[in-house]
Amino acid sequence: MGSRASTLLREEEIEEIKKETGFSHSQITRLYSRFSSLDKGENGTLSREDFQRIPELAINPLGDRIINAFFPEGEDQVNFRGFMRTLAHFRPIEDNEKNKDPTASEPLNSRTNKLLFAFQLYDLDRDDKISRDELLQVLRMMVGVNISDEQLGSIADRTIQEADQNGDSSISFNEFIKVLEKVDVEQKMSIRFLH
Amino acid sequence: MEDPRTTALVLFQVWVSVLLGLVMLPAMFGLSLGVTGVYIQILVRILEWATLRIQRGRKEMPGVSTPLPLNGIIQREGGSMEQEMLEVRGSRPGGSLAEGEFALGDVFYFHKKGMESIVDDQVTQCFSSEELASWNLLTRTNQNFYYISLRLTVVWGVGVFVRYCILFPLRITLAIIGLTWLVIGTTLVGFLPESSTKQWLSERVHLMCYRICARGLSATVHYHNKENRPKKGGICVANHTTPIDIVILANDGCYSMVGQVHGGLMGVIQRSMVRSCPHVWFERTEMKDRNAVTNRLRDHVACKNKLPILIFPEGTCINNTSVMMFKKGSFEIGGTIYPVAIKYDPRFGDAFWNSAKYNMVSYLLRMMTSWAIVVNVWYLPPMTKQVGEDASQFAQRVKSAIALQGGLIDLAWDGGLKRARVKDSQKEEQQKMYSSIIVGPEGPSSPLHLHTQD
Repeated sequence: MGSRASTLLREEEIEEIKKETGFSHSQITRLYSRFSSLDKGENGTLSREDFQRIPELAINPLGDRIINAFFPEGEDQVNFRGFMRTLAHFRPIEDNEKNKDPTASEPLNSRTNKLLFAFQLYDLDRDDKISRDELLQVLRMMVGVNISDEQLGSIADRTIQEADQNGDSSISFNEFIKVLEKVDVEQKMSIRFLH
Repeated sequence: MEDPRTTALVLFQVWVSVLLGLVMLPAMFGLSLGVTGVYIQILVRILEWATLRIQRGRKEMPGVSTPLPLNGIIQREGGSMEQEMLEVRGSRPGGSLAEGEFALGDVFYFHKKGMESIVDDQVTQCFSSEELASWNLLTRTNQNFYYISLRLTVVWGVGVFVRYCILFPLRITLAIIGLTWLVIGTTLVGFLPESSTKQWLSERVHLMCYRICARGLSATVHYHNKENRPKKGGICVANHTTPIDIVILANDGCYSMVGQVHGGLMGVIQRSMVRSCPHVWFERTEMKDRNAVTNRLRDHVACKNKLPILIFPEGTCINNTSVMMFKKGSFEIGGTIYPVAIKYDPRFGDAFWNSAKYNMVSYLLRMMTSWAIVVNVWYLPPMTKQVGEDASQFAQRVKSAIALQGGLIDLAWDGGLKRARVKDSQKEEQQKMYSSIIVGPEGPSSPLHLHTQD
């Protein structure tokens, strides 16, 4: 039968998500419909298979890593809160956010948090460093079989060389930020959600 | 007791004669008493009133969210893969890279595209019912149920009563009569020897039965451009939304159906139909052999006397907002293609058969308890394969013409994605494109083109 999506989502929950992520009321209900339509098992959570069923995501070279970001350490299911929290990283940065309460924690979609989100795409073991291996893994995912191991290795070495400043042959989060200083992160890591 | 039984009998007789007189006889001769037309007009008025009432109710209620526009949750922006990568390189400290290098910011493009597709993608929404701009007083399309006003709820309640207690029994009876007559009629015609009389009779029988079935769904069909109607020896191609498409098209012309042999009731119908005129039914094992299928269809088309074949090249039911990839098999047979665009009006009932959610019986029940089925059918001018065009390009051309006429979105994705996984080759295409960007001009020469899907 037709989905009574929004009736399953309580008003208090919507308010909490609004505070945590900054999405508007209508955006949250709309995204809940989306969440429900992806949830084929109808148990209120999404599994990795539910994501992989999206064809555009399945053909994305970094698809698996992107899906991974939704699942907290060691877990196989993500609920709606977790879904929204991850999506919140891609909300555009709005000016009125800057005047918010200074004691409140940084919003999920600040420039630093967006960069951290991208950093974690590389840093699989969460040791706050992108090692040569981790860089190679991501490179291999993006180029497939079209570039040889040696060439890929030298690309990785060059990248680390240029970014590394403290000589530990890996890229820390601060070094990562430095490299991407001039990139318009707000535009590249934001999705224009309609109101 | 005598009396209840006689009253029941009398009622039954009245019921049958009403049906015969008002519905079946006109249907046999292709006439219409105009009852359905009046009904539709009344419905439209009621629905318009309901829409206004809901809008007014929403404004008066604070804190109730207005529904987002139907064209998506997000607005996709950004350039092609090339453009995005170049932008990242251009803003690197220490000058821009020579073309053909990796930048840490390259992941942004894939990351963003991936997240966008999680929020809103073109394919998964094709396999679920279309969302309505405003509630059409059917419980099943009720997405956000808010109590707006007493009058609206009363109208909804009356609607439920009318649909389930008045319309539904009427429609069921008609459907049963229609199908029974189809089986009996075609079997009877089948006893005649092959002659033009037989063909003519067979056409009459088929048309009559489909018209009764269409009345059984309160279907109002508007046919446009009847001069382009498919002719004998041709192939009729249409977008597929529901098995009812067949009833809709067969109301206005006779076709040879193509399909798999079924068991049970469907099998009985299929076997009797094929007695009076040649339809093409395949065994399940035959369907696997594409050559055998193509040959059999080719033989049928070559015989210029036979009725046009009706094929749905998408291969599966789509929700009538888009047209998905046309399988090229139908376009390799040769012959003239007569494209037809079918568009259902979603206000009166959702015609899409979501075979994952509903089986055939519950789908038909839902159909018979909707308001009505209002369809627009456009016959497009015939097309043939041009010199230098291969079957898949031809298929694409026909698909675009149908999408344009029907106001549907033209998608290149395969309808088979409803059940199957996407092919790895498409991911490999993306990887290849990216590799050629970072390896640069001395790398393997692959043409850099904008993101296309196979």
